[in-house]
Amino acid sequence: MLQALITTPLILQAETYEVAGLSAPVLHQAAGMKAVGASAELAPYAGGLTDDGRVWLAHSPGEHDEAAGELGFLDSMIGAWAPEDGLERTLYTSLSSILTGFGFGLMLLAAMLLGARRIDAATGLQWGLGAFAAVALAPALGLPPELPGSAAAELVARQTWWVGTAVATGLGLWLVVGRGEPLLKIAGVLLIIAPHLIGAPHPHEYASRVPAELQGHFVAASMVSAAVFWAILGSALGWLWQRGETT
Amino acid sequence: MSASVSSAASASQASVSRAALLPIVLLSAFVGAFVVFGVGFAHSNVLHNAAHDSRHALGFPCH
Repeated sequence: MLQALITTPLILQAETYEVAGLSAPVLHQAAGMKAVGASAELAPYAGGLTDDGRVWLAHSPGEHDEAAGELGFLDSMIGAWAPEDGLERTLYTSLSSILTGFGFGLMLLAAMLLGARRIDAATGLQWGLGAFAAVALAPALGLPPELPGSAAAELVARQTWWVGTAVATGLGLWLVVGRGEPLLKIAGVLLIIAPHLIGAPHPHEYASRVPAELQGHFVAASMVSAAVFWAILGSALGWLWQRGETT
Repeated sequence: MSASVSSAASASQASVSRAALLPIVLLSAFVGAFVVFGVGFAHSNVLHNAAHDSRHALGFPCH
Protein backbone atom coordinates (compact mmCIF):
# COMPACT_ATOMS: atom_id res chain seq x y z
CA MET A 1 0.00 0.00 0.00
CA LEU A 2 2.84 2.32 0.87
CA GLN A 3 4.27 1.62 -2.52
CA ALA A 4 1.01 2.58 -4.12
CA LEU A 5 0.99 5.78 -2.12
CA ILE A 6 4.46 6.62 -3.23
CA THR A 7 4.06 5.76 -6.87
CA THR A 8 0.74 7.48 -7.51
CA PRO A 9 2.03 11.00 -7.21
CA LEU A 10 4.62 10.01 -9.78
CA ILE A 11 1.97 8.83 -12.16
CA LEU A 12 0.04 11.96 -11.50
CA GLN A 13 3.05 13.89 -12.51
CA ALA A 14 2.62 12.62 -16.00
CA GLU A 15 0.04 15.36 -15.84
CA THR A 16 2.48 18.05 -14.88
CA TYR A 17 4.77 16.78 -17.54
CA GLU A 18 2.22 18.44 -19.74
CA VAL A 19 2.83 21.58 -17.78
CA ALA A 20 6.50 21.34 -18.45
CA GLY A 21 5.84 20.86 -22.13
CA LEU A 22 3.41 23.72 -22.02
CA SER A 23 5.65 26.18 -20.30
CA ALA A 24 8.93 25.26 -21.89
CA PRO A 25 8.06 26.61 -25.34
CA VAL A 26 6.72 29.74 -23.71
CA LEU A 27 9.93 30.22 -21.80
CA HIS A 28 12.01 29.64 -24.87
CA GLN A 29 9.87 31.99 -26.84
CA ALA A 30 10.29 34.63 -24.18
CA ALA A 31 14.00 34.06 -24.06
CA GLY A 32 14.19 34.45 -27.79
CA MET A 33 12.37 37.76 -27.68
CA LYS A 34 14.58 39.04 -24.93
CA ALA A 35 17.70 37.96 -26.70
CA VAL A 36 16.62 39.96 -29.73
CA GLY A 37 15.74 42.94 -27.58
CA ALA A 38 18.96 42.80 -25.66
CA SER A 39 21.22 42.72 -28.64
CA ALA A 40 19.23 45.42 -30.41
CA GLU A 41 19.44 48.07 -27.73
CA LEU A 42 22.45 46.97 -25.73
CA ALA A 43 20.13 46.14 -22.88
CA PRO A 44 19.89 48.82 -20.22
CA TYR A 45 19.01 46.01 -17.85
CA ALA A 46 21.95 43.86 -18.76
CA GLY A 47 23.35 44.37 -15.27
CA GLY A 48 20.36 42.47 -14.04
CA LEU A 49 19.30 45.09 -11.49
CA THR A 50 16.69 47.84 -11.53
CA ASP A 51 15.93 49.84 -8.45
CA ASP A 52 15.44 47.07 -5.92
CA GLY A 53 13.58 44.99 -8.48
CA ARG A 54 15.71 42.56 -10.31
CA VAL A 55 15.44 41.86 -13.98
CA TRP A 56 16.66 38.55 -15.21
CA LEU A 57 17.40 37.65 -18.74
CA ALA A 58 16.87 33.95 -18.76
CA HIS A 59 19.48 31.65 -20.19
CA SER A 60 22.25 34.18 -20.42
CA PRO A 61 25.13 32.59 -18.57
CA GLY A 62 26.39 35.90 -17.20
CA GLU A 63 23.21 36.34 -15.25
CA HIS A 64 23.52 33.00 -13.60
CA ASP A 65 27.08 33.74 -12.63
CA GLU A 66 25.88 36.86 -10.91
CA ALA A 67 23.45 34.86 -8.86
CA ALA A 68 26.23 32.62 -7.71
CA GLY A 69 27.14 35.05 -4.99
CA GLU A 70 26.56 32.49 -2.30
CA LEU A 71 27.78 29.10 -3.30
CA GLY A 72 26.25 26.19 -1.47
CA PHE A 73 27.69 22.77 -0.88
CA LEU A 74 26.30 21.37 -4.10
CA ASP A 75 27.72 24.27 -6.06
CA SER A 76 31.17 23.75 -4.71
CA MET A 77 30.86 20.10 -5.66
CA ILE A 78 29.50 20.50 -9.14
CA GLY A 79 30.34 24.05 -10.07
CA ALA A 80 28.20 26.37 -12.16
CA TRP A 81 26.12 23.85 -13.96
CA ALA A 82 22.91 24.27 -15.87
CA PRO A 83 21.12 21.73 -18.02
CA GLU A 84 21.56 22.02 -21.76
CA ASP A 85 18.56 23.41 -23.56
CA GLY A 86 16.46 20.81 -25.28
CA LEU A 87 16.06 17.26 -24.09
CA GLU A 88 18.25 17.54 -21.01
CA ARG A 89 16.43 20.62 -19.86
CA THR A 90 13.03 19.02 -20.36
CA LEU A 91 14.29 15.99 -18.49
CA TYR A 92 15.32 18.02 -15.47
CA THR A 93 12.11 19.99 -15.62
CA SER A 94 10.03 16.84 -15.53
CA LEU A 95 12.23 15.37 -12.82
CA SER A 96 11.81 18.42 -10.63
CA SER A 97 8.08 18.50 -11.38
CA ILE A 98 7.79 14.89 -10.32
CA LEU A 99 9.72 15.58 -7.14
CA THR A 100 7.48 18.54 -6.37
CA GLY A 101 4.38 16.43 -6.95
CA PHE A 102 5.81 13.71 -4.75
CA GLY A 103 6.55 16.19 -1.97
CA PHE A 104 3.16 17.87 -2.23
CA GLY A 105 1.53 14.44 -2.29
CA LEU A 106 3.23 13.43 0.95
CA MET A 107 2.26 16.71 2.60
CA LEU A 108 -1.33 16.56 1.41
CA LEU A 109 -1.67 12.99 2.64
CA ALA A 110 -0.24 13.95 6.02
CA ALA A 111 -2.65 16.89 6.25
CA MET A 112 -5.61 14.66 5.39
CA LEU A 113 -4.56 12.06 7.94
CA LEU A 114 -4.34 14.73 10.60
CA GLY A 115 -7.45 16.64 9.71
CA ALA A 116 -9.94 14.64 7.67
CA ARG A 117 -12.71 12.63 9.29
CA ARG A 118 -12.80 10.18 6.46
CA ILE A 119 -10.56 9.79 3.48
CA ASP A 120 -11.94 8.71 0.13
CA ALA A 121 -11.90 9.99 -3.41
CA ALA A 122 -14.57 12.63 -2.76
CA THR A 123 -13.01 14.10 0.37
CA GLY A 124 -9.61 13.76 -1.23
CA LEU A 125 -10.84 15.93 -4.07
CA GLN A 126 -12.04 18.53 -1.58
CA TRP A 127 -8.68 18.52 0.18
CA GLY A 128 -6.90 18.73 -3.14
CA LEU A 129 -8.95 21.75 -4.14
CA GLY A 130 -8.32 23.31 -0.76
CA ALA A 131 -4.62 22.77 -1.26
CA PHE A 132 -4.91 24.34 -4.70
CA ALA A 133 -6.47 27.42 -3.12
CA ALA A 134 -3.77 27.54 -0.47
CA VAL A 135 -0.69 26.75 -2.52
CA ALA A 136 -1.57 28.13 -5.95
CA LEU A 137 -4.46 30.61 -5.85
CA ALA A 138 -3.71 32.60 -2.71
CA PRO A 139 0.01 33.14 -3.36
CA ALA A 140 -0.75 33.96 -7.00
CA LEU A 141 -3.00 36.80 -5.88
CA GLY A 142 0.02 38.59 -4.45
CA LEU A 143 2.79 37.07 -6.53
CA PRO A 144 1.49 35.87 -9.88
CA PRO A 145 3.62 33.22 -11.56
CA GLU A 146 6.29 35.06 -13.47
CA LEU A 147 8.11 34.43 -16.66
CA PRO A 148 11.84 34.90 -16.49
CA GLY A 149 12.60 38.50 -17.30
CA SER A 150 9.91 40.05 -15.15
CA ALA A 151 10.99 42.50 -12.54
CA ALA A 152 10.48 41.24 -9.05
CA ALA A 153 11.30 42.23 -5.53
CA GLU A 154 13.98 40.60 -3.43
CA LEU A 155 13.83 36.81 -3.54
CA VAL A 156 13.90 35.87 0.13
CA ALA A 157 11.13 38.33 0.96
CA ARG A 158 8.97 36.88 -1.78
CA GLN A 159 9.68 33.30 -0.75
CA THR A 160 8.83 34.10 2.84
CA TRP A 161 5.59 35.75 1.83
CA TRP A 162 4.74 32.84 -0.47
CA VAL A 163 5.25 30.18 2.19
CA GLY A 164 3.51 32.28 4.82
CA THR A 165 0.51 32.82 2.57
CA ALA A 166 0.25 29.15 1.67
CA VAL A 167 0.41 28.06 5.30
CA ALA A 168 -1.98 30.76 6.53
CA THR A 169 -4.50 30.06 3.78
CA GLY A 170 -4.36 26.32 4.37
CA LEU A 171 -4.83 26.72 8.11
CA GLY A 172 -7.54 29.31 7.59
CA LEU A 173 -9.44 27.12 5.15
CA TRP A 174 -9.28 24.22 7.55
CA LEU A 175 -10.61 26.41 10.38
CA VAL A 176 -13.44 27.76 8.23
CA VAL A 177 -14.49 24.49 6.63
CA GLY A 178 -13.45 21.94 9.20
CA ARG A 179 -14.37 23.51 12.50
CA GLY A 180 -17.84 24.34 13.74
CA GLU A 181 -17.08 27.03 16.30
CA PRO A 182 -17.95 30.51 14.98
CA LEU A 183 -14.93 32.09 16.63
CA LEU A 184 -12.60 29.64 14.92
CA LYS A 185 -14.33 30.30 11.61
CA ILE A 186 -13.77 34.02 12.02
CA ALA A 187 -10.16 33.40 12.94
CA GLY A 188 -9.85 31.30 9.78
CA VAL A 189 -11.20 34.08 7.58
CA LEU A 190 -8.79 36.54 9.20
CA LEU A 191 -5.92 34.12 8.60
CA ILE A 192 -6.82 33.89 4.92
CA ILE A 193 -7.08 37.65 4.51
CA ALA A 194 -4.06 38.63 6.61
CA PRO A 195 -1.27 37.93 4.08
CA HIS A 196 -3.01 40.13 1.52
CA LEU A 197 -3.42 42.95 4.02
CA ILE A 198 0.27 42.72 4.76
CA GLY A 199 0.88 42.69 1.04
CA ALA A 200 3.35 40.84 -1.11
CA PRO A 201 6.76 42.35 -1.70
CA HIS A 202 6.74 44.04 -5.10
CA PRO A 203 9.28 45.92 -7.14
CA HIS A 204 8.85 49.67 -7.29
CA GLU A 205 8.19 49.68 -10.97
CA TYR A 206 6.94 47.03 -13.32
CA ALA A 207 9.85 46.73 -15.63
CA SER A 208 9.11 43.47 -17.33
CA ARG A 209 10.59 42.86 -20.72
CA VAL A 210 8.12 40.07 -21.29
CA PRO A 211 5.06 41.01 -23.35
CA ALA A 212 2.04 41.34 -21.08
CA GLU A 213 0.00 39.03 -23.29
CA LEU A 214 2.55 36.26 -23.02
CA GLN A 215 2.67 36.76 -19.28
CA GLY A 216 -1.12 36.52 -19.13
CA HIS A 217 -1.18 33.28 -21.07
CA PHE A 218 1.50 31.92 -18.82
CA VAL A 219 -0.35 32.76 -15.62
CA ALA A 220 -3.55 31.20 -16.94
CA ALA A 221 -1.77 28.05 -18.07
CA SER A 222 0.02 27.78 -14.77
CA MET A 223 -3.16 28.16 -12.75
CA VAL A 224 -5.18 25.72 -14.82
CA SER A 225 -2.52 23.05 -14.67
CA ALA A 226 -2.14 23.58 -10.93
CA ALA A 227 -5.89 23.14 -10.47
CA VAL A 228 -5.90 19.93 -12.49
CA PHE A 229 -2.83 18.66 -10.67
CA TRP A 230 -4.27 19.23 -7.19
CA ALA A 231 -7.69 17.86 -8.05
CA ILE A 232 -6.21 14.64 -9.40
CA LEU A 233 -3.63 14.36 -6.64
CA GLY A 234 -6.27 14.77 -3.93
CA SER A 235 -8.82 12.38 -5.30
CA ALA A 236 -6.24 9.75 -6.21
CA LEU A 237 -4.69 9.90 -2.75
CA GLY A 238 -8.13 9.63 -1.14
CA TRP A 239 -9.15 6.78 -3.39
CA LEU A 240 -5.96 4.84 -2.76
CA TRP A 241 -6.07 5.43 0.95
CA GLN A 242 -9.63 4.19 1.21
CA ARG A 243 -8.77 1.13 -0.84
CA GLY A 244 -5.86 0.43 1.49
CA GLU A 245 -8.02 0.82 4.57
CA THR A 246 -10.75 -1.53 3.43
CA THR A 247 -8.51 -4.31 2.21
CA MET B 1 -29.53 4.23 10.87
CA SER B 2 -27.52 1.07 11.21
CA ALA B 3 -25.44 2.23 8.31
CA SER B 4 -24.56 5.43 10.12
CA VAL B 5 -23.70 3.50 13.29
CA SER B 6 -21.44 1.15 11.43
CA SER B 7 -19.79 4.02 9.58
CA ALA B 8 -19.22 5.79 12.89
CA ALA B 9 -17.69 2.61 14.28
CA SER B 10 -15.41 2.23 11.32
CA ALA B 11 -14.51 5.90 11.59
CA SER B 12 -13.43 5.49 15.20
CA GLN B 13 -11.53 2.37 14.25
CA ALA B 14 -9.80 4.29 11.55
CA SER B 15 -8.92 7.08 13.96
CA VAL B 16 -7.30 4.60 16.33
CA SER B 17 -5.12 3.16 13.62
CA ARG B 18 -4.40 6.69 12.43
CA ALA B 19 -3.19 7.71 15.87
CA ALA B 20 -0.69 4.86 15.62
CA LEU B 21 0.35 6.29 12.28
CA LEU B 22 1.22 9.70 13.71
CA PRO B 23 5.01 9.34 13.57
CA ILE B 24 4.76 8.17 9.97
CA VAL B 25 2.41 11.04 9.16
CA LEU B 26 4.80 13.59 10.62
CA LEU B 27 7.74 11.96 8.88
CA SER B 28 5.99 12.00 5.52
CA ALA B 29 5.00 15.63 5.99
CA PHE B 30 8.60 16.45 6.82
CA VAL B 31 10.02 14.54 3.87
CA GLY B 32 7.45 16.16 1.59
CA ALA B 33 8.32 19.62 2.85
CA PHE B 34 12.01 18.90 2.44
CA VAL B 35 11.58 17.76 -1.15
CA VAL B 36 9.38 20.71 -2.05
CA PHE B 37 11.84 23.08 -0.42
CA GLY B 38 14.70 21.53 -2.33
CA VAL B 39 12.97 21.84 -5.67
CA GLY B 40 11.13 25.08 -5.13
CA PHE B 41 13.06 27.27 -2.73
CA ALA B 42 16.66 26.24 -2.22
CA HIS B 43 19.07 28.95 -3.33
CA SER B 44 21.76 26.59 -4.48
CA ASN B 45 22.67 27.55 -8.00
CA VAL B 46 22.74 24.00 -9.27
CA LEU B 47 19.37 23.12 -7.79
CA HIS B 48 17.96 26.37 -9.11
CA ASN B 49 19.13 25.76 -12.65
CA ALA B 50 17.87 22.20 -12.69
CA ALA B 51 14.44 23.09 -11.35
CA HIS B 52 14.18 26.47 -13.02
CA ASP B 53 11.35 25.81 -15.46
CA SER B 54 9.30 23.88 -12.91
CA ARG B 55 9.64 26.69 -10.44
CA HIS B 56 8.21 29.12 -12.92
CA ALA B 57 5.47 26.76 -14.06
CA LEU B 58 4.34 26.10 -10.51
CA GLY B 59 4.44 29.73 -9.52
CA PHE B 60 7.21 29.52 -6.95
CA PRO B 61 9.02 32.79 -6.46
CA CYS B 62 12.13 32.52 -8.61
CA HIS B 63 15.17 34.72 -9.15
